[in-house]
This record gives sequence, C-alpha cells and structure tokens, in this order.
Amino acid sequence: MNRSTYIVVGVVVVLFLLSWILKAVSLSGEDHRYILHGFLITMSAFLTLAIFSFLYRDNPFYKFAEHLFVGVSAAFWMTQGFWSTIVGNLIPRLSAGFSEFFMVPHQPSPWNIAYWIPVILGILLLMRLSAKYGWLSRWPLALIVGTTAGLNFVRYLRSDFIVQVSSTFVPLLGREPHQWQGGGAFISHLDLSATGQLAALLTNWIIFLGVFCGIVYFFFSKEHTGVFGRASRVGIWVLMITFGASFGYTVMGRISLLVGRVTFLFRDWLELIS
Amino acid sequence: MPDVGVMVPLVAIFGGLIWLLVRAIRGREVERRVIFIFIFVAVATPILFPITFQEHATPVVKDLFDRIENLPPGSTILMSFDFDPAMAPEVQPMANALARHSLTREHKIVFMCLWATGQSLLNTTLEYVIKPDFPHLVDGVDFVNVGYKAGNEGVLNVIVSDFKKMFPTDVNGVPLDSIEIFDKVGSCRDFDLILTVGGGRPGPKEWVLFVGDPANVPIGAGVAAVVAPQLYPYYPRQVIGILGGIKGAAEYESELAQTHPRFEDMEKPGLRMMGPQTLAHVVIMAFIVIGNIAFFRGRRGRKTE
Repeated sequence: MNRSTYIVVGVVVVLFLLSWILKAVSLSGEDHRYILHGFLITMSAFLTLAIFSFLYRDNPFYKFAEHLFVGVSAAFWMTQGFWSTIVGNLIPRLSAGFSEFFMVPHQPSPWNIAYWIPVILGILLLMRLSAKYGWLSRWPLALIVGTTAGLNFVRYLRSDFIVQVSSTFVPLLGREPHQWQGGGAFISHLDLSATGQLAALLTNWIIFLGVFCGIVYFFFSKEHTGVFGRASRVGIWVLMITFGASFGYTVMGRISLLVGRVTFLFRDWLELIS
Repeated sequence: MPDVGVMVPLVAIFGGLIWLLVRAIRGREVERRVIFIFIFVAVATPILFPITFQEHATPVVKDLFDRIENLPPGSTILMSFDFDPAMAPEVQPMANALARHSLTREHKIVFMCLWATGQSLLNTTLEYVIKPDFPHLVDGVDFVNVGYKAGNEGVLNVIVSDFKKMFPTDVNGVPLDSIEIFDKVGSCRDFDLILTVGGGRPGPKEWVLFVGDPANVPIGAGVAAVVAPQLYPYYPRQVIGILGGIKGAAEYESELAQTHPRFEDMEKPGLRMMGPQTLAHVVIMAFIVIGNIAFFRGRRGRKTE
C-alpha cells in the first residue's frame, strides 16, 4: 500500500466514526439502543457507498463490500435452511428428544425410511468438502438434477407450451363481453377505452399476427422473399419491440433499486427527508 | 421553497444534456461517469423535492384489484414473499398494498416465503403495515405467518397437495392443526386466491407452473420489473392480474386509495417513486437520442473519409 492509500483509508475510517457518533447522538432521544442502531445505519450507508464506488473504478472498498455480501448471503441461507427445514420439518418427525432440545413440537410418527433418505443424501452432498470422498456428492447431485429436470419438463410442457399455444387461439372478432354483433353495431357502439371492444379486437389481432410473423422469422426452410419475407420482417419488428419492452422494464427495475438506496441515504442516514 | 429546489437541478440536467448533444454533434466522446452523475441527479432531485403524478389502474392491475375486492369476506388468501432486500424497494410496496387491501376486505391471509430473505421483509410488513393499520386483527386468527421453507419448487410441489406436510407449524411453533384458518385449508387447492410477490427464482413463474396450473388456483402476481415481460404471456388465463414493477405498485396504491378512502393518507412509496422514475427515464431517453446522433454522425464521417 502506498501513502495515498493510507490517507484514503484513514479519511474513510474517520468519516465512518464521525457518522457513527453523529447518528448515535441523533437517535439517543428516541432509541435506547442508539449506539448499536447508529452503527448499523452507518455501516449500511458505508456499504451502499462502497458498492456505488465501483462506478468510479474498482477499489478495495468495493471488493470488501462484495465479499461481505457473498459471505453473509451464503451463511444466512444456510442457517435459515437448517432452522426452517431440518429443525422445522425433520427433527420433529424423527426424535422426541431432539424436538425438546430444539424447542419444536414433536410429531409422533412411525419409523419411515422416507425421512432418512434425505438425511443420507444431505450428508453425502456435504462430502464435497472432502478431497477423498468428494465423489460421493455426485449421487445426491445427480438425483437433484434428474428430479428437477423431470418435474420441470412436465410443468413447462403444460404451462409454457400447451396452455400458451391454446391461449394464442384468440377469437379475432372478439368474445364476451365484446361479442361481434356486426359492423353497424361495432361502429355505433364504438368504445375507444382500454377495456372497449376496439382495444380487445386490436389486442387479439396483434397477438395473432405477432405470433404468426415471429414464427415465420424462425422458419428457415424457405427463402425469406416476397410475402414470406415481408412477414419475416414484421416478425423481426415484433421481436425488437419485445426486446425494447424488456429493456424498458429493466431500466425501471434498476432505477427503482437506485431510488431505494438513495432514499435510504437521504432519509435514514442523512435525515434530509422525513 | 421546493419549486426552486426542483427547478435548479432540472435546469442543470437539461442544460447538461444540451451540452452533451452539442459535444455529440461535434463528434466528441462523453466520459461514462458523466452519465452516472446525470442519473444520480435525476433520481435524487425528485426524492428531495417530491414530484408526484396521477396514476390510473390499467386492466392488468385492475383485474387483480377487482378479484380481491369481489371475493366474499372471510376468503382465504395465500401470500408468498419471494424476494430479497435488493428487490424490496420495488416489490415491498406491492406486498404492503395487497396485504392492506386483503385485510380491509376481511380476508384471511396465510403468509409464507420461498426465499430465506423474505422472512425478515415479511416481518417488516407485519410490524410496520399490518399492526399499525389493523391493530384489532389477531395473529393466528385473522392472519398467520408460516415462514420460510427451503426447497424452492420442491416446496411448491408438496404444498400443492398437502400444505401441512411442508408447514407443520407457524413461525411461532404453533401447530397449524390448532389454527382456525387451516380448518378448511388442506392444500393450495383450498385457497381462494394465491398472491405471489417476487421476481427471481423461485417466484411468480414457479407458482404458475407448480401450483396455479396443476391445481387450477387463481394466481395474482406482483413482480419486479425485470421479469414482468416474461410473466405477461400468462395473463389473463394463467395469472389473473400482474403488478409489473413500481408502476404496477403505484397504480395499485392509487386504486386502493380511491376505492377505500381510509388509505388516502397512507404512505404510498410506489406513487412517490414514480417521480424519480419519470425523470430518470427522460434522461435515459435523451442519452439514447444523443448516442444515436453520435453514432450516425461518426458513421457518416467514416464514410466521407
């Protein structure tokens, strides 16, 4: 570390301590654990700014915050999994003594191998930590992959394929409550609102043409010329609009997260807003 | 003087954008950190000096609102908090609005999580929304928190046929058999509505795949904006309504306040966040235009050479 690094670290430490003291003082009138909460709010603000500092360039504060986040996340998920599933579901069914030890209500049940199989597989999974017996972890991993693939295959086939295909078969002249009554009735009762018949008709036609042209674009057994080529061009436009909508939503999501952190900094840390 | 507070940064932003446009036309590069500063100012200004907009529920939000509104009082709703603190600014306002609406219609709610991090965020909703707004409601009678279980889709695969097998007790260790709400609930099929709030995996998509479609239970979703486009194809047949991103939350809050005047003065984080959203979007669109001008100008210059 060179001299400027020491200076930067020193300034950050001083600012951290100053923020902690000021925050604790401001909380002291309303919170009996003001020193702890002052530290936690300052720590949150420091970690937020450390992550944001990456926008300037990579630096040790960013790396510290990133590593801390990964470590805490892994530990948090592991402990939550242990207490909710192993202590919450398995222990009460296996042993009255253990249930009493973990202070969970015992659920007397006859000996059942179905409860022991996951225990054995779970232990085998942890063998990955051993250099000598690491190969044993492949068995439960294979079971997890196989089971997940099997379950997902059926579910995706039903929800993402069969139901989606049938949902694409939309009535092009509308359905209840917008049943087609003829051109005259349509014009005389023209409703331009988002829930009106015109919007319903347009929606159905856009779905039909969008899906059709999108599929045409991915049909490569015929040259994309003439009418077929024009449909393919429309298909590209449909895809581009879809990607644009996804991008727009992604921007909205990321801005929301930024708003969340900036609001925390302004409200909880700096107390600029109420 | 909030008007001056808003006007000065706005003038700075739009003056800066014009300066960038001129630079782009002259073919000069823009440092990427300048873009970050613009976005920060565009987001920070409406937070410090709130700018609010009117929101009206679109059909995809209104359908979910109407479903909760029209369920008979006493209906049982399952609500799953499947998100983490990173997603919370976006989806917690939805969860709060959905919980408020359901409880004010006197529905019974079973809270659960498929994400370990959802548990603490669920506690936030219980502590800062439900307890202050509904002090007369009793935990275990009007709502129950069964907490988190590890297993992702595996959990859904079990509760779709037997809820108590996966959740034998609530978070306080009280057996579900002794809780009145569960007298008529054996599995997910017995819920009148399932509300899933999240945006990752497992999340709303998994609820549709593993519970909604197989058990034919109506599902309403509040989702992070990033995944909202993936969920829209399920509407209206597989998902009865979707709150997509903070815009969906703002629309729902607006509809709730209009329909139930007691919520007119409630905190509306979704609506409040639409100010920064709008300004940031305007800035990003301006950058897209400036970027395109710079690109086409650069291409024309290369062709000329």
